[in-house]
Amino acid sequence: MTARPSTRPWWKTVLGVVFTALMLFPVYWMVNVSLTDASDLRRSSPNWFPTSPTFDGYAAALSQQLPSLGTSLVVGLGSVVLTVVIAAPAGYALAILNLRGGRTLNFLLLVAQMIPAVVMAMGFYAIYVRLGLLNSVWGLIVADSTISVPFGVLLYSTFMAGIPRELVHAARIDGAGPWGTFTKVVLPVSRNSTLTVALFAFLWAWSDFIFASTLSRSGQFVPITLGIYQYIGNNTTQWNAIMATAVIASLPAAILLVVAQRYVAAGVTAGAVKD
Amino acid sequence: MTTTSVTQTGRASDGAAGRVPAAPARRRPPGAASTWTAVGFAAPLLAYLAVFYAYPLWRNIDLSVHDYTVRAFVLGNPDFVGIEKYLEVFSSNAFPTALANTALFTIVSIAFQYAIGLGLAVFFHANFRLSNLLRALFLVPWLLPLIVSASTWAWMLNSDHGIVNSVVQAFGGEQINWLTSPDTALTSVIIANIWLGIPFNLVILHAGLQQIPAEVYEAASLDGASAWQQFWRITFPLLRPVSGITLLLGFIYTLKVVDVIWIMTTGGPGNASLTLAVWSYREAFGTGQPDFSPAAAIGNLLIVIALVFGFVHVRMQRSWEKS
Repeated sequence: MTARPSTRPWWKTVLGVVFTALMLFPVYWMVNVSLTDASDLRRSSPNWFPTSPTFDGYAAALSQQLPSLGTSLVVGLGSVVLTVVIAAPAGYALAILNLRGGRTLNFLLLVAQMIPAVVMAMGFYAIYVRLGLLNSVWGLIVADSTISVPFGVLLYSTFMAGIPRELVHAARIDGAGPWGTFTKVVLPVSRNSTLTVALFAFLWAWSDFIFASTLSRSGQFVPITLGIYQYIGNNTTQWNAIMATAVIASLPAAILLVVAQRYVAAGVTAGAVKD
Repeated sequence: MTTTSVTQTGRASDGAAGRVPAAPARRRPPGAASTWTAVGFAAPLLAYLAVFYAYPLWRNIDLSVHDYTVRAFVLGNPDFVGIEKYLEVFSSNAFPTALANTALFTIVSIAFQYAIGLGLAVFFHANFRLSNLLRALFLVPWLLPLIVSASTWAWMLNSDHGIVNSVVQAFGGEQINWLTSPDTALTSVIIANIWLGIPFNLVILHAGLQQIPAEVYEAASLDGASAWQQFWRITFPLLRPVSGITLLLGFIYTLKVVDVIWIMTTGGPGNASLTLAVWSYREAFGTGQPDFSPAAAIGNLLIVIALVFGFVHVRMQRSWEKS
């Protein structure tokens, strides 16, 4: 972190801004279309800037998609809780209690991440059809959590393996059992891992389309991703309302990026760079 | 206690992002009494994997070796047909198309994602004003729900009202039916998918670049190596392990992509942008007539392909750990 602003060329900043603008153009376009009047959307040359912005799209989106947003919120939070409750103790067992067969389990978790979602969706569908769990929030929470549990365990165990053993031993000497060590020492120290796991579990459940479109296609519990999809199918002329819904559906990602950017970067690399 | 946890957690996220080589794993002496305790803590995960991974996968194999009509699906009394559904899939007209499209989709997507991601990672590696902020903004496409990005791209590529055609025509080009012409549908979904994958490549390769010691570059520039030579002689070779993992993970992720293609083109027109994963989805859920048995067979084929590359992944990580 040796800051030498005088030697940093300004043209790189300009170039960087240009690259970023190009990359984010689709995002800008989504916002622009969401603010455009429906009648202007069908012109042959679209408006590049929302010179006369209208919030009709947002009004339509909010009046029709509010229940979907609520469903997605519940599903996302449920998936976070389920993921952390399963992944954190497993990480502890793998990293600190030296679970026998830990290498095999690690390998199974890697393999689990490679299974295509469509395959899982078919399996869940076949099971849910018999259990009557289709179109239920619980069914969707469980299915969505399968995206984040293997990642969560791997992230927790990688981090916990780096916790100094002296800390764990000190807790033991103080008379804490394995459970006490876990709740009073390991979990508080792993707070950042919990944040990263929770963040991704929420984002993945919130963004999920495949499970939503197979396990929760109808009924009252339609998540927002499916809300947008059905919107596209129903009224292809109202693209301002569709894009307004898309903007609203992107808000959690935007908020999390601003609030928790370093956890995001940590999570992205953790998937690839682990031992 | 409080101070310990603060320094510890601070180091954690750096470690994950910048990958400071961790201390070698310390094994407790064998015969420790905590064996059953460990199993106890892992029990929720083991039960979870059995019920929510192994069982759905087993159901999927079960689906593929039976003839599950809609009726049999509800009643649960399908006929056992062995590998018949697999043979049906292999001999189907759609199979060569889907296989070729899958290969094109994955290879072209990954090649561009990696090349662009690496270029940007090198660019952002030189700290300049705002570089951290701009690099963070690059994460946005990766964080957006896929339905959001895919429908935005679909509208941008719309034949009559899309911004892309508007630009093409402003430069005197013809209107291109991006998503509705069999010639361009696959290209369109590949473009959108490249855009989606750039952030992932950028972040990982950028983290990899930070592992290369600055002294190597200093020595090279003292020896008079140009920036171009430094890239090809130092950056690229030293980044090889990270590149390998990035490409492999990219391959496994891209192989199973359904949402982007399904939302933009549903694999069409005809089979023009049909990949194996989309085909499986279409058979099972995409038409009014669910046909689970062939869909499961295609899905299992995908798993086999992913597993082969998964083994390569594990091999590569082992050799990387040793080096």
